[in-house]
Amino acid sequence: MILSTPITSHEDRSAGFEAQADPEASPLLHPGPLDALWFQVTGTVCNIRCRHCFIACGPANRAFGFLSVDEIERRLEESTDLGVREYYFTGGEPFLHPDIVEILTRALSRGPATVLTNGTLLKPYHAAPLAEAAAESRFSLEFRVSIDGFDRVTHDALRGEGTFERALAGLELLLAHGFLPIVTAVRTWPLGEEPEAYRAFVGMLRARGYRNPRIKLLPIFRIGAEAERAGGYAADERLTTRMVAGYDPELLLCGSARVVTDRGIWVCPILLDAPDGNLGDDLAVAAARPFRLGHAACTTCWMHGAVCANPGAATPEAGLPPGLP
Amino acid sequence: MILSNPGGLEPAEGRVALFGGVYSNHPALLATLEDARAAGAETIVCLGDLGAFGPHPDRACAIVRDAGLPVVQGNYDHSLGHDLADCRCGYTDPEDNRFAAISYRYTYAKTSPEHRAWMRTLPQAIRFRLGDRRVVLCHASPRRINEFLWESTSPDAFLLRLLADAEADVLAVSHTGLQWLRSFSGRRAVLNVGAIGRPPNDGRTGAVYAILGLDAGGAPAVEWRRVEYDHDRLAAEMREEALPEEFVETILTGWWTTCLEVLPAKERARGKF
Repeated sequence: MILSTPITSHEDRSAGFEAQADPEASPLLHPGPLDALWFQVTGTVCNIRCRHCFIACGPANRAFGFLSVDEIERRLEESTDLGVREYYFTGGEPFLHPDIVEILTRALSRGPATVLTNGTLLKPYHAAPLAEAAAESRFSLEFRVSIDGFDRVTHDALRGEGTFERALAGLELLLAHGFLPIVTAVRTWPLGEEPEAYRAFVGMLRARGYRNPRIKLLPIFRIGAEAERAGGYAADERLTTRMVAGYDPELLLCGSARVVTDRGIWVCPILLDAPDGNLGDDLAVAAARPFRLGHAACTTCWMHGAVCANPGAATPEAGLPPGLP
Repeated sequence: MILSNPGGLEPAEGRVALFGGVYSNHPALLATLEDARAAGAETIVCLGDLGAFGPHPDRACAIVRDAGLPVVQGNYDHSLGHDLADCRCGYTDPEDNRFAAISYRYTYAKTSPEHRAWMRTLPQAIRFRLGDRRVVLCHASPRRINEFLWESTSPDAFLLRLLADAEADVLAVSHTGLQWLRSFSGRRAVLNVGAIGRPPNDGRTGAVYAILGLDAGGAPAVEWRRVEYDHDRLAAEMREEALPEEFVETILTGWWTTCLEVLPAKERARGKF
């Protein structure tokens, strides 16, 4: 019953590394279709000043500014033409934006939306209308709340005095409105202690009323404020073309995502301080533009894969042979 | 990554039954085949993942192969067929990974080398025509054998892009275990047929699959079928095989207990855990 020849064939539009003569050259990644569109919705402005922030966000960091509702609506429209799959809203702290409820509601009318927050500014006047918008949408609204330690001491040392309790108050508010936030934590423990750290996290969250907590663990990027705190990357920590041979490019965010900022389209949410991260103002052009993975932070993405995506949004290489026969 | 080895079926007439995610649930598989034939399906196609989760994986393989069904390779079939170390479901949660490892090791050990060699040969996509509609079947998505296409994370524009890239009017996938249908202007559609191996996290037992046909106007039409089977017998076999009680609980209660991390918020909120 199965015929050996296909009725039609289709073109391979997936991301790929360019073949380069010098195996020590930085890899050049040609992106695939645009799956995820990020919004630097409050630029680099944040109500707190985390000591491990990879872009050194804070109340006075105006390197990137707020995005207007009109600008976001325009980009959402463009993204629909490109068949974008999901939206992420980050900053800075997105809940500093006076129109954040309106912005997330508009995004939800087109596709799934995720907002990355430190949780400390969440109020019922955010949670209540967003619960309504999420219920009315056919798409998921995800909250990612950063809690960088399963106790106050670890968390507050990184994020500032009193932030642990304020973040948990935000988390509890979301739970009370029926949300199931994803708690994100940077790995502040040695890898060997991860099972214990994970169990401690689950225990702490359960004690706070989160019965089946969703948790996403993140590596630390040694740039921005973190480079000041704990030291940056070594001079030789750079990706080479040789290192990415056989590597699945779709695990790298820059292979399928771009970031809208008030200064143009950026390659990824991590490299905001990198001048070559700016890919221009035209979303379709920026989405297709190849990027050279010449930054030390690129090694962290390469090592961990799918760092910024939600759990389940990116899957590991299944060892498929490339292309069609 | 585009899936390799597209197989083609002859143009189909009438109704095509589509099921996926067998997960070694041989009683549900037998019940599904019986139901599909009784419902008048001329063609029955399996969308992959024969093994995982359940007992005696060779039994489901034998049933599918004896029936001569066309089968699309799933990520589980791909991993087993290529002797990979895991199922490539992409879990990061330590507990999900622990359960995934238990399931995979058991299934690998209990799947005969002959069945595993057969899994390696399965096509990753099947194309055929239903009336004037071009249909593509694959396990997860047309571009990846382990990409999750959930209802709440698949905007229309994204699905239309997948259809265009796959040169298809109708795309049917599985992999997530939760069924849904999105129709476009009555002429095109994407559907996830769910899984027959475990119930769709709604607190009821029974297997879900789809029958695809065309309505009087030639537009794709989907009939959802829910099939009861002897889940107590399956649960007893799972316990005899010392499979985790968490897996047994899902079969008996209809609520998913493990590997929940990949569910988006909306789908997760509908479940018990």
